[in-house]
Amino acid sequence: MTSLLIKNGRIIDPASNLDQVSDLLIENGKVTRIEKDIRHPVDQRLDASALIVAPGFIDLHVHLREPGREDEETIESGSQAAAAGGFTTICCMPNTNPVNDNPAVTSYILKEAEHRAVTRIFPIGAISLGSAGENLAEIGEMVSAGVVGISDDGKPVMNGQLMRRAMEYSLPFRIPVIEHCEDLFLSAHGVMNEGYYSTVLGLKGISRTAEDTMAARDIILARLTGAHIHIAHLSTRGALELVREAKRNGIHVTCEVTPHHFSLSDAACCEYDTNTKMNPPLRSEDDVQAVIEGLADGTVDCIATDHAPHNPNEKMLEFDHAPFGITGLETAVGLALTHLYHSGKITLRRLVELFSAKPARIINKPLGQLTVGTEADVTLFSAGAQWTYDVKQTKSRSRNTPFDGKRLKGQVAATIVAGKIAYQDLSLVNVG
Amino acid sequence: MPLRTKDLLGIEDLSLDQIQLILETAESFREISTRPIKKVPTLRGKTVINLFFEASTRTRTSFEIAAKRLSADAVNISPSTSSVLKGETLFDTAKNLEAMAPDVIVIRHSSAGAPHQLARVCSASIVNAGDGAHEHPTQALLDAFTILEHKKKLRGLKVAIIGDIAHSRVARSNCWLLGKMGAQVTVCGPPTLLPLEFEKTIRLCQPASMSPSEGRVCGSLKVTHEMDEALQGADVVMMLRIQLERQREAFFPSIREYFRYYGLSARRLKGAKPDAIIMHPGPINRGVEIDSEVADGPYSVILDQVTSGVAVRMAILFLLAGTKESEVEQRT
Repeated sequence: MTSLLIKNGRIIDPASNLDQVSDLLIENGKVTRIEKDIRHPVDQRLDASALIVAPGFIDLHVHLREPGREDEETIESGSQAAAAGGFTTICCMPNTNPVNDNPAVTSYILKEAEHRAVTRIFPIGAISLGSAGENLAEIGEMVSAGVVGISDDGKPVMNGQLMRRAMEYSLPFRIPVIEHCEDLFLSAHGVMNEGYYSTVLGLKGISRTAEDTMAARDIILARLTGAHIHIAHLSTRGALELVREAKRNGIHVTCEVTPHHFSLSDAACCEYDTNTKMNPPLRSEDDVQAVIEGLADGTVDCIATDHAPHNPNEKMLEFDHAPFGITGLETAVGLALTHLYHSGKITLRRLVELFSAKPARIINKPLGQLTVGTEADVTLFSAGAQWTYDVKQTKSRSRNTPFDGKRLKGQVAATIVAGKIAYQDLSLVNVG
Repeated sequence: MPLRTKDLLGIEDLSLDQIQLILETAESFREISTRPIKKVPTLRGKTVINLFFEASTRTRTSFEIAAKRLSADAVNISPSTSSVLKGETLFDTAKNLEAMAPDVIVIRHSSAGAPHQLARVCSASIVNAGDGAHEHPTQALLDAFTILEHKKKLRGLKVAIIGDIAHSRVARSNCWLLGKMGAQVTVCGPPTLLPLEFEKTIRLCQPASMSPSEGRVCGSLKVTHEMDEALQGADVVMMLRIQLERQREAFFPSIREYFRYYGLSARRLKGAKPDAIIMHPGPINRGVEIDSEVADGPYSVILDQVTSGVAVRMAILFLLAGTKESEVEQRT
């Protein structure tokens, strides 16, 4: 029997509408008591008097690169980076090599995770075989093996009929169909957002309409099929308005926004730094404002990182040739606190909800809440601590971030997964 | 007077003073190319590497001749493929060249920003000889030099730039330069070949990039799809090369139709001022964007542009490599 007592933290649990300073007792991986002034013999104690105690954060969108590109990330290193970033659960996208389009790959990931990961890991399976967009993958078998959603992320499902079938077929399995919304004809050869900056920089633009039209198609298909469509890394005002309208009409649509899409605009591409190249690209200032409005008013359901590690050799290329994507696990919470909470756009409660209760509901897992009896996944953070992100200290195997050297306000202090300390920052906490 | 920059990456970053210094220096070098012995010892012992990742005859030769007339040692490297396909990154190529201590690396690359990325890692001066659809600063400078030769001023001149604006680094550099020098620029092309928010380029960046005293020079930029409107009263007509593969990419239906709406014929030219000069950065597609009759006509200054190119590039090499290092502000 192992036990951990978290003393005097401000516990914020949006799911149970709790926001109070209290103690929290964990025994055998479960929350057993939430009361003031708990006196109980325990193995470990943690003084959280300057900290927020939140349900463990969940990231629905991570690329772990294993199997296939272990030089960029592994299940082990990715989960360590996740824990350092305050995440207790991450969902890994299927665009590995081989693609996670069958239960054997799913089982492999889960087995590796069981032995080497410090966080929970839920795989997302492919929609189509090889994510090639032609034939359905064995969705049911993968669900049985443990996937929590399906997606061809990295690519959209361009074939509307296949997408319709995937949505219909997914219904009895009660999983979200997660779409990377991009009309590949409209975005062809683009490397950054199409607009003033792509014009001035002479870089081929990716039109916002490439995302908007695909989001519109998927929402229309969700209305037809009744399936749950989850729009990954939403980045445009147009797509946001479509989601808002669809929610109003009762269509089962959810969406996520990445930290880079609410903290940077396409002006950041001006130095041709390939760490500002991702897909969807950094958008215009107007889009940044739109997604922040969506995060505030509830249109956006959760924050997800789209953590996409790349080998430095590949990012050290011309902007046109460098791969899309940046790492994001370790900076997400700091960026959200800095750009959303400290700027007065959202409350702490809403921020916690975006990272916990809401993403848990999307994947239908009894996580993201802190009440007696729930899994003891806890994220502790300081809302006010100032720190500077130093990529040289990263737990990830990759370093492709535009946030190296960035000063942030709000820092993760400790990450607890099933009652075990997966990460702690010794400047903020000390477990004794 | 020093140029006060390590590299020449684009016109956008240059102040009016820097532009004028380059043009004045070029003026003083013009005469060298008319001598029987076309060589001065100014850059003796300096090394210039022409690193051309994209095919070019005119620009590469122009840089080579400019270097040689200043007695610099010029080396040409033309990797046949981009760095990705070759297996060596652009940075490794550049660092290897750098290890041989060149003073200037002139780079042309099909990817926008490649010279900027190099400038951050190289201590040699980097000269952008064209990067993707971004900038071609020496072309804009030689165009300005040529216009000044014929028109004596840029301020208030009506300049029409016609053709594939979207893919043109020449158009971008010229808009920055002509805008800073106070010309009234009209760009014209089919809507499919005009990039988004192009008209903002001069308006937005001018105040930021110019000191208040320079603010007195204020050009304008207009965008139109009607060629006759662009040509109306023009002092300078600058035609851009249309790449034939753009037809396959569905930017326009056929060359025949393109010429009908955006090609320069003698009849069409009648809308411009009677003494309007005709420019083209080359190589020209006769019968595609310009009729031979116009290209070879009395007001064509297309070959003068080529001649100007040598003087302008001599000036740039001199200002970058000839300036004492203590006078150079290190680029941050």
